[in-house]
Amino acid sequence: MFGWEFPPHITGSLGTACFGLTKGLSKHDVDMLFVVPKAYGDEDQQAVRIVNASEKTFDLKDEEYKEFWTRVKYMEIGSNIIPYVDPQEFRKVYDENEKTAEQYTSNVFSKQYEFSGTYGLNLMEEVARYALIGSSIAAKEPHDIIHAHDWLCYPAGIAAKKASGKPLVVHMHATEFDRTGGDVNRIVYDMEREGMQAADRVITVSNLTRKIVIEKYGIDPGKVVTVHNAVDQEVSKEIMRIKTKMKEKVVTFLGRITFQKGPEYFIEAAYKILQKDKNVRFVMAGSGDMLNKMIERVAHLRIADKFHFTGFLKGDDVSNIFALSDVFVMPSVSEPFGIVPLEAMRSNVPVVISKQSGVAEVLNHALKIDFWDVDAMADSIHGLCNYNGLSRMFKKYGKIEVENLKWENAAKKVKEIYLEVI
Amino acid sequence: MRSICFYFQVHQPYRLRNYRFFDIAEKHDYFDDYNNSFIMRKVAAKSYLPMNKVLLDLIGEYGSAFKVSFSISGTAIDQFEQYAPEVLDSFKRLADSGNVEFLSETYAHSLSALTSKTEFQRQVRMHSDRIEMLFGQKPVTFRNTELIYDDNIGEAVADMGYKLMLTEGAKHVLGWRSPNYMYANAARPELKLLLKNFRLSDDIAFRFSQQTWSDWPLTTEKFVDWINQSDEKEEVINLFMDYETFGEHQWEETGIFDFMRALPGRVFSHSDFGFATPAGLAAKLQTVSPIHVPNTISWADEERDLTAWLGNDLQDEAFGKLYALKEKVVECDDTQIQKDWLYLQTSDHFYYMCTKWFSDGDVHKYFNPYGTPYDAFVNYMNVLSDFIIRVDENTKLGENGFSEVKGAATELFDKTGLAVNKTLKKTNKKLRKTIGKTKDIKFEEIKDMSNTAVKKLLKEIDVEEITAALKGAENEVVEKILPNLGIRAKKKYDEMQSELKKINKKEIAGYRKKIEDKLSDLFRK
Repeated sequence: MFGWEFPPHITGSLGTACFGLTKGLSKHDVDMLFVVPKAYGDEDQQAVRIVNASEKTFDLKDEEYKEFWTRVKYMEIGSNIIPYVDPQEFRKVYDENEKTAEQYTSNVFSKQYEFSGTYGLNLMEEVARYALIGSSIAAKEPHDIIHAHDWLCYPAGIAAKKASGKPLVVHMHATEFDRTGGDVNRIVYDMEREGMQAADRVITVSNLTRKIVIEKYGIDPGKVVTVHNAVDQEVSKEIMRIKTKMKEKVVTFLGRITFQKGPEYFIEAAYKILQKDKNVRFVMAGSGDMLNKMIERVAHLRIADKFHFTGFLKGDDVSNIFALSDVFVMPSVSEPFGIVPLEAMRSNVPVVISKQSGVAEVLNHALKIDFWDVDAMADSIHGLCNYNGLSRMFKKYGKIEVENLKWENAAKKVKEIYLEVI
Repeated sequence: MRSICFYFQVHQPYRLRNYRFFDIAEKHDYFDDYNNSFIMRKVAAKSYLPMNKVLLDLIGEYGSAFKVSFSISGTAIDQFEQYAPEVLDSFKRLADSGNVEFLSETYAHSLSALTSKTEFQRQVRMHSDRIEMLFGQKPVTFRNTELIYDDNIGEAVADMGYKLMLTEGAKHVLGWRSPNYMYANAARPELKLLLKNFRLSDDIAFRFSQQTWSDWPLTTEKFVDWINQSDEKEEVINLFMDYETFGEHQWEETGIFDFMRALPGRVFSHSDFGFATPAGLAAKLQTVSPIHVPNTISWADEERDLTAWLGNDLQDEAFGKLYALKEKVVECDDTQIQKDWLYLQTSDHFYYMCTKWFSDGDVHKYFNPYGTPYDAFVNYMNVLSDFIIRVDENTKLGENGFSEVKGAATELFDKTGLAVNKTLKKTNKKLRKTIGKTKDIKFEEIKDMSNTAVKKLLKEIDVEEITAALKGAENEVVEKILPNLGIRAKKKYDEMQSELKKINKKEIAGYRKKIEDKLSDLFRK
């Protein structure tokens, strides 16, 4: 399995999904070798490293932990690949570091990536390098099937397939259309398409993504299968903060503040509500390239005393923000799946989600709106804030609904797909 | 003799700590004590203390011929008291020399003049009182935050009785005219105006150590030459600058202290200039003409306008939301709210939100605690959101008026009354019970006892005695006891009935007394 990140150092929902899936698969007697690119700072000495179970720290119960590691072998490859960064951005970051010789840290990432200058200058070279190592691993390590997550790993998957002749499954967690909103990077698009063409099966995280894959990438519908994501059922130690003295209802947006997530629609809806109801506060948690623009917009609308920005939230603060929230909103313009609303529901927070999200396909107890329909969004938020019957029902049934979305079930489907192609 | 007029601005804001969304409605400490104290200590050591010493030495050397003036913001004074009291002492020594004038300004170094005359005048009075208390002189000259001035502000200042105000000699206001004369407010000619000679002031404040400047290095010879080049009729050269120029903006290594030490000597020996305070000039000089300033000016940047503090959405939103509170805050009876209200008004907070100098390394960036104007805005708004909650809570009673208070009080009295009655009843009951129990228990009272209690009693007493005592007793007592007797005891009781005739009343009374004693032993507290 080729991924690009693995807990405990997760920078986005992809890492969480990979972890959930591998755990699910391990319960269905599937052995895995998980390969991720990782920068150590001492890449010269070792390009490939097998990580022992003892080196990883997880918040798992001992039993499960042991069982999991008997199934999974985990391998890290020295590389500078950074998730969620397009080639231009990568180049920029690299250049900046070249000039300042400083470490690159970004709020989006929980980990620091060191740029030693040992490796190729652009992201594509890094991807190619990852692919090369991928093929050598495939030649050495015995396996029955190759599974690659998202485009950065596809070349590695293809190379591995060439080396071992085993079937390839690629997993589309997001498409370039979702990430850019139409302003597609041709190189990335091509890489995604080549990966899917070379694959024996394509797994999409929602029917929404399946449709994009078929329509915009021209992939044979016969080999594209949807397996919805699930949510980790292990209840992380519950931090039930007492609700603050803040008297108003709290409505939260949590995610990267980028075009894809539709933060501006959330602000417009907030503005509409605040014109009529002063008894609400809005929170935008996260960081991203549109953050400053959003701050300016809020200031311009003169609602900054009721609309707050928290910056990037880490660890307990995410649970804290859910504990404080009365409504969670995910107004994504294009969201292949969207796992955060599930986390909100697990914390008893009713959610409003856009119809343009994959998660809308699996949820009943969520209010669904078009991301551009600011009026409907405002209506839904207002309803959940003020009509207790509605929010009570959503809290109760939403939690049950989420608890039924198990990785074990998703993994079962994935295993069936494996068996079809082996 | 013509005059050089030095005015130094001393100011430090209360910088905000990193105040997070999670702190709103939870925590009410807004200020970064560590950073504020650190900066104050640093600037005191590098600038305030050494420069005060230079000035004291000069006054010692030249006596009343050397004069300067200061304006010290209230937030700076408060921080001197907290973090560097020795600086205040050295300012007091300067005040005692009699050669130093202390000017009046807004307590919080605020922009209140732009939005609320009431708040503006309140702060000016507050500052004036503080200065008088500290330095023993009531300020008679006014200078507004950042030398911000227009015709209306001038009028508000004249209304407070000031005869002189300082402001910027902005080119677009003066046109062909020179700043080196005494001017006056257009509507209120009794308010005189001294204008900053920004070229000569900035030669010291900004260009002194600029090696790219064609006149670098600046010497007292050059500087006095330039002063001498002014027209003979010109009366005053106003050198207005931040006091932190000395030792902080221009480090000691640049020679700034030496320059200042040597300047008066050179002025006295090579020019017909002397030194004067603003108040001294107000008494001496006649105004040459009124000056119209319809659009607000300041001493900042090339534009000499307000865009450093106001104008972009971030600044206008924060400023608007802050001053929307002005009427409510006046009603607050919480001293901490009053203090925070002042400190939140300091102009620096809005300065940090300025988006003008994104790229160039400005002198002010030196003191800016934030990475970007957006960070500054978000942090300020978080604090302000909490402050709004506090003000609202504090003024809730006032809003709804007296009847509400009265209603609440009545309700409270009723509730307490009820509660008191209840407690009283309970206590009485308890008391009666206790008192009852201290009395001896009568034989007849057996009928009211529980079966358990009766059994307890029977264990302690012989059946014979019981049987005897029950002779002629009330039916109720008999009925209470009989069911509680064991089978053998009951048998004995029945057997004895025939013999009871022999027992007389006195004996019966004896047995009953014995039982009563037992009862008291058993059940009395």
